[in-house]
Amino acid sequence: MATVAITIEGVPHEVDDRRNLLDICLSLGYDVPYFCWHPAMGSIGACRQCAVKLFWDDDQQGEIVMSCLTRPRAGNRVAISDPEALRFRAAVIELLMTSHPHDCPVCDEGGECHLQDMTVMTGHVYRRYAFDKRTFENYDLGPFVTHEMNRCIQCYRCLRFYVDYAGGHDFAAFGLRNEVYFGRLRDGALDSEFSGNLVEVCPVGVFDDKTFAAHYTRKWDLQTGPTVCPFCGRGCNTIAGARYGELRRVLNRFNGDVNGYFLCDRGRFAYESVNGPERVRRPLVGLSGLSASELVRGLGARLESALGERRVAVGARPRVARPRPVGIGSPRASLEANFALKRLVGDDRFFLGLADGEHTLVERAVALLRAGPSPTPSLRDIEAADLVIVLGEDLTNTAPMLDLSVRRWARLRPTADEERLGIARWNDAGIGMVKKEEPSALWIAATQAGKLDEIAAETFHGAPDDLARFTLALVAALDPKALRRPPKGLNAGAARTVARFAAALRAAERPVVISGVSSGSLPLLEASAALARALPGAPPAGAAPLALVVPEVNTLGLMLLGGERLSEAFRLAVAGDVEVTLVIENDLYRRAPAAQVTAFLRACGTAIVVDHVTTATTAAAAAVLPAASWAETTGTFVSHEGRAQRSIPALAPPRPVQPTWRWLSALAAAARLPVGQDWLTLDDVLDELARERPDLAPAALAAPPADARFVAMKIPRQPTRYSGRTAMHADVSVFDAAPPDDRDTPMSFSMEGYREQPPAALIARYQAPRWNSVQALNKFQEEIGGPLRGGDPGVRLIEPPAAPGPPPPVPTAPPAFRPASDRLLAVPLHHIYGSEELSMLSPPVAGRAPEPYLALSPGDAARWGGREGAPLPVLLHGAEKLHLSLPLRIVASLPEGVAGLPVGLPRQPFLDLPAELEIDHESRHV
Amino acid sequence: MLTDSERTEIEATLAHYPHRRSAASGAMRIVQRHRGFLSDEALADIGAFLGVSVEELDSRATFANMLFRHPVGRHVILICDSDCCYVMAYEQMRDHISARLGIGLGQTTPDGRFTFLPIVCLAQCDHAPAMQVDDDFHGDLTPERIDEILARYE
Ligand code: SF4
Ligand code: SF4
Ligand code: FES
Repeated sequence: MATVAITIEGVPHEVDDRRNLLDICLSLGYDVPYFCWHPAMGSIGACRQCAVKLFWDDDQQGEIVMSCLTRPRAGNRVAISDPEALRFRAAVIELLMTSHPHDCPVCDEGGECHLQDMTVMTGHVYRRYAFDKRTFENYDLGPFVTHEMNRCIQCYRCLRFYVDYAGGHDFAAFGLRNEVYFGRLRDGALDSEFSGNLVEVCPVGVFDDKTFAAHYTRKWDLQTGPTVCPFCGRGCNTIAGARYGELRRVLNRFNGDVNGYFLCDRGRFAYESVNGPERVRRPLVGLSGLSASELVRGLGARLESALGERRVAVGARPRVARPRPVGIGSPRASLEANFALKRLVGDDRFFLGLADGEHTLVERAVALLRAGPSPTPSLRDIEAADLVIVLGEDLTNTAPMLDLSVRRWARLRPTADEERLGIARWNDAGIGMVKKEEPSALWIAATQAGKLDEIAAETFHGAPDDLARFTLALVAALDPKALRRPPKGLNAGAARTVARFAAALRAAERPVVISGVSSGSLPLLEASAALARALPGAPPAGAAPLALVVPEVNTLGLMLLGGERLSEAFRLAVAGDVEVTLVIENDLYRRAPAAQVTAFLRACGTAIVVDHVTTATTAAAAAVLPAASWAETTGTFVSHEGRAQRSIPALAPPRPVQPTWRWLSALAAAARLPVGQDWLTLDDVLDELARERPDLAPAALAAPPADARFVAMKIPRQPTRYSGRTAMHADVSVFDAAPPDDRDTPMSFSMEGYREQPPAALIARYQAPRWNSVQALNKFQEEIGGPLRGGDPGVRLIEPPAAPGPPPPVPTAPPAFRPASDRLLAVPLHHIYGSEELSMLSPPVAGRAPEPYLALSPGDAARWGGREGAPLPVLLHGAEKLHLSLPLRIVASLPEGVAGLPVGLPRQPFLDLPAELEIDHESRHV
Repeated sequence: MLTDSERTEIEATLAHYPHRRSAASGAMRIVQRHRGFLSDEALADIGAFLGVSVEELDSRATFANMLFRHPVGRHVILICDSDCCYVMAYEQMRDHISARLGIGLGQTTPDGRFTFLPIVCLAQCDHAPAMQVDDDFHGDLTPERIDEILARYE
């Protein structure tokens, strides 16, 4: 890289000569119109909209160049406002728009359209084209994305995103000249898990959000908040938008360390549970019709009497152990809610509310991450890698945005060839050519085939224990002294595969290891960490970054907070040791066998559940308190990276709905407990967290505190042009209602407030003068593609230890997997649409989910006489015996002796996996 | 399913390309030669054989002038409408062919003998106006010559 001196619009600048002029101009705050260039996908030169005049040395004539394809050279003078360049750009947009229907009033893009912005910017105001426009028929692209091809301006961004970056196959550009059609071959749901990004990538209204269209609102009428996606452990940053008390859409919120410019379709389209019929909006207690405050008083009294014994017992030796309350936390509740519960019931009476197997795995994952020295990688760390190895995770379904991040890395990963050929990173066509010829640097070992396999150098498939053995064999190959007993007895094929994987790993300088808990295998988790330790990495860790995928938005935060096992709560209750149970945001029937949960709920005294959706658990509770949903509550969530992120609501919850921790505080007050009564704002809870748990204190820094002010103002959630404020509640009261108060954040539910760029964690909307579309994001970053001004949001709670601790115990290889003659090993299969609880309450997402099935290898299917699609009765030997009859799906890549069962599907019993499974011959022949 | 001869011919071209998918356009020409045009089914057959999505094949097929996604006549006339031919009375030649055959551009005669299509350049500029019928070039066209040429194609 070199810094060169150029002038732009006559102003001297020192610029990086590896970047292109468009990027440079935008980074410096100049407005240059563009269409086909995209900050995450680089330049292709398709639209010619970014033309500027370039003067070399003492040249007075100058030449028109495409700024997105031009590198600066010392002495260049760039004139954006040169009259010839202006005329050129106006002509380009006029041509691009010859067939555009000019239907902004009925277009969902209107008001946030890049084409509108660019048209105004170039000054193309009068239409002169008086001929027939080309018109197209559109396709039904499924429940997520709309299609209106007549609006297309042929920038090719959709194709580049969907096919080149997201790896989709069911999308293409058809035809030529002025009749190019972008879409599918025929009607049908877009197959890619990332199709929703077309909504933001397409600069016009060809692809828009179909779920949003069902309750459409102009951008300027949306009240928005900086939220964190609640649908998996990745913790992508989102902007949720609401109107009339209803959540209406979700957009990407840039975070260069987490999700960059994109989201997965679960994250974007699964928000409907906030509005849906499953919402708990009032306290539910039998038929008694108590008001919220009466109920809290009553429950508080219950709690007080249950806790009474403990209070008098302080100092004295308790005579008889009297039943006491227990609290059950949740990986989908915020750190604050879980902490509040833990304070109320006491450390020894707080249970994490995870399935038993998952508890073990996540506990180990946290221990491994804390012990290091492998740090967890941010998105930027992954993008800088020269090799990625994925172990036992089907990323497309367990942490979808990691799949997309790996794909983008695979396309753009820096390599020597590119340096040698002098091809710039942003030269998309050039990079594409170079990468096509390069061998892949992605290596995968998993139970069965996944969508990422097609871009992998090689994939190894095996039972979970064999994956662990395979991984340990890699460790042994890299460092013969690392293991006392390297796995023996790999067959010749596997040994050759190990050799090829090991050769690639040995050559890597910046490898990244991605593993996780989804396969349910503890040995694999341990082996993955051992592999990361055996690989090189940047100081101070000196080991390769290790990403461990965990399932839910706050699984990691919950485990960092710490607590007892759910099964232990069950044991206490059944032993008669529990009086009053508080469950927050957790459906226990998803965590343990139904019989156990039911026995627990019968024996647990008064069961009080705080949740925002009705579940099997709320149905069995004595009382349900209505919690604010994820879009209505402020809270901190810790992603699988160990990044604490604040989610700030888009809308205020309707009374009496309130955040879980506030219900807990109210219960504490009613029960006259010594803790919890003084929590008036979220910051009070966070202060207490910092006092009690200094290791988690940085969580408070995830966003500015509630009393932060910006020129004495709060940050408004509503745009300046938000309409109807004085009229929208006129059916209730003709007086202008005061906006709801937000005591937990420095943001307001109003139009008034600080209008400059807020701190990164408080950005609720991308908009800037002349830039009304999502492309306004450029104005919020330090430089294009770079961090948001002031740094990307989030605080990492787990960093590699400064001084290396004692080396962790060396894992020993499990014995090789040998399928029993009459049993199969059932492993969990994950589905982006199906396996997550809340997202399945959104009809568009639920419609894409599979029905329960049983996956078998072709060999096993033949052996057990199963036909594709025909039901097969099975007996699952988990924590309890379970009879199931499931249609068979033959999966060619599944190893012999391994069966796959989709987990988390609604109306499916809790599946305790991995577990042994047998084909139930008896019921079969009845 | 591809026929044996289609498959053999495509396989023979594979060696020329670094990737299987690079053989796609050639494979489509081969199958078109056998079947007259590329039906949806033909694309699916080729896609399955080469491991290329039908979307990708159709994207190429709809781009290329010489790949036909609709049934065509026994003979295909491609008349050049590019600059040189345009200057050298392309319009007159076009109208003459239309009048003789009773069809416009993009149409096929009812007896299935000719399909009449425009093309941008045949690289016959030195013999403008020019056209191509099936695999033969015909330059220096005049109405009389056209009549004589068309008579040769039954
Ligand atoms: S559909 Fe949108 S993204 Fe695709 S080429 Fe047209 S304008 Fe560009
Ligand atoms: S990857 Fe996970 S966190 Fe990110 S958008 Fe998808 S569901 Fe949400
Ligand atoms: S943005 Fe430069 S050519 Fe399209």
